[in-house]
Amino acid sequence: MYAIEAEGLVKRFGATTALAGVDLYARAGTVLGVLGPNGAGKTTAVRVLATLLRPDAGSARVAGYDVVRQANEVRSVVGLTGQYAAVDEELTGIQNLLLVGRLLGLSRRAAKRRAAELLERFGLSDAGGRRAKTYSGGMRRRLDLAVSLVGRPGVLYLDEPTTGLDPHSRNELWNIVRDLVADGSTVLLTTQYMDEADQLADDIAVIDHGKVIATGSPDELKAKTGGQTLEIRPTDPESVDRVAAVVAELTGVSPTVRGQRLSAPVSDPAVPAAVLRRLDEAGIPVVELALRLPSLDDVFLSLTGHAAEDGNGNGGMRRVS
Amino acid sequence: MTEATIAHRVSPLQAARHSLTLAWRNLVQLKSNPGELAGFVIQPLIFIVLFVYVFGGAIAGNSDSYLEYALPGLIAQSGVFSIMATGAGLNQDITNGVFDRLRSLPIARSAPLVGRAIGDLVRFAASLVILLGFGLILGFRIHTDPLSTVAGLLLVVLFGVGLSWVSMLIGLLAKSATTVQLFSGVLMFPITFGSNVLVKTETMPGWLQAWAKVNPVSHLSTAVRGLMTGTPLGSSVWWSLAWTVALTVVFAPLAIWAYRRKV
Repeated sequence: MYAIEAEGLVKRFGATTALAGVDLYARAGTVLGVLGPNGAGKTTAVRVLATLLRPDAGSARVAGYDVVRQANEVRSVVGLTGQYAAVDEELTGIQNLLLVGRLLGLSRRAAKRRAAELLERFGLSDAGGRRAKTYSGGMRRRLDLAVSLVGRPGVLYLDEPTTGLDPHSRNELWNIVRDLVADGSTVLLTTQYMDEADQLADDIAVIDHGKVIATGSPDELKAKTGGQTLEIRPTDPESVDRVAAVVAELTGVSPTVRGQRLSAPVSDPAVPAAVLRRLDEAGIPVVELALRLPSLDDVFLSLTGHAAEDGNGNGGMRRVS
Repeated sequence: MTEATIAHRVSPLQAARHSLTLAWRNLVQLKSNPGELAGFVIQPLIFIVLFVYVFGGAIAGNSDSYLEYALPGLIAQSGVFSIMATGAGLNQDITNGVFDRLRSLPIARSAPLVGRAIGDLVRFAASLVILLGFGLILGFRIHTDPLSTVAGLLLVVLFGVGLSWVSMLIGLLAKSATTVQLFSGVLMFPITFGSNVLVKTETMPGWLQAWAKVNPVSHLSTAVRGLMTGTPLGSSVWWSLAWTVALTVVFAPLAIWAYRRKV
């Protein structure tokens, strides 16, 4: 049972094609991660699914309702949290929540109760009486999310919810998303951060240039890229070059060096043991030697031929190098 | 959603409620923002002090008799100033994402526009009363009756409705708040200062007189002056109403067209 089914979505803006036939499926009660660089079409897809844009071609159903013909129904079952927190900065946290509660038809009392509940849940009770203008980035994002939950939507769109947040606020938001899904919500999450998709998504759709170029669970996508990565960190930083030479000889590829850490793709399962033996013979101690699946960074790079955070790279998180 | 029923359409009654809720938002913004609230109350006072007490003596010989002339004009003029805020507010909502949030809710498509217009009109009406209140404290006397006075204020509010369509159109078409301000400013100064609001038109050069005589704000201020202090009305009330209708007929469809492109 899919909570979101989109087929062949096309959206053009003048000469630019933002969506060139996008299919997206989100199973009810799971997180669908839509992964792609800036300008890939993620936000346009969300805007179509949230009834804010009409597709030029294709169709989409959310909770069984058609986004074009049954727009009002769709609006009743979805919550939207934008990339840039769309709260009214002139209003207090409580007033923002009351406004949406009243617009959704709650009585004054029910709206107040709901507002208090959500402020409590998002750790904003103390700040509820302050204008949103005075909030920190993380607080504003939490308020934005709280506002989108006033109507208890079954389907939630989070459009780059952690862009520009510090690691602490990001973790808080991730936990909130996990709780929501545990309560049965379906979440569509767009992100340009690999680890975010890796952490939260049950399924991933990778979008680039307005097209879905790969789908699957995080593990499936990693498996598709094939092979594994060997990572080594020698105890003595001075020996990095010597380790690199050993790895290059045994794998046939010169390893990527990041600080004190070396990594190289391996396809032969006997290689790690051989590397360890050679280093032991040469008397080079290592702190860490591990074999891991490729990260989604690697997956994205191999699928698109470019890193996930190119464009204006507005994130505060690590860049793919 | 568990607490609201899922409907295909928004009923007219619900639409009205959505608009009123958004008008509430507009007014609460003012209430919870002490700086803006102070500005809202003090600005009319500054206008009176500036125009009546700084320039008044030079223009009319003494400021008391000038207050009599200028206050109705200032009431008419403040209509133009404050209603221009409608477009700026609309534009701000669109740029900062609040408009998208509202559109993502199951509410009447017209509500964000209607709600803002209602909220701004209430603000505007309140600012007129404050202006008149300060005037009365400072010595302005009404020589007609309360009914005519209210009629004068209503005439200004109505004109404000007509003008708010222009303001909305600017707000909906402009790319940024700065553009809105620039454009509104360019529009505002000739129609407020190129009028008989502050000085009698006979003192102006011919070309400016020609403009000031057809300027709707001149008609409006003559009408308000007549309705409050008993000076001759002529056809000023009718001209004011005609301008209100004309602005609405021309700009309401354009503003609604521009709005529909956004929703």
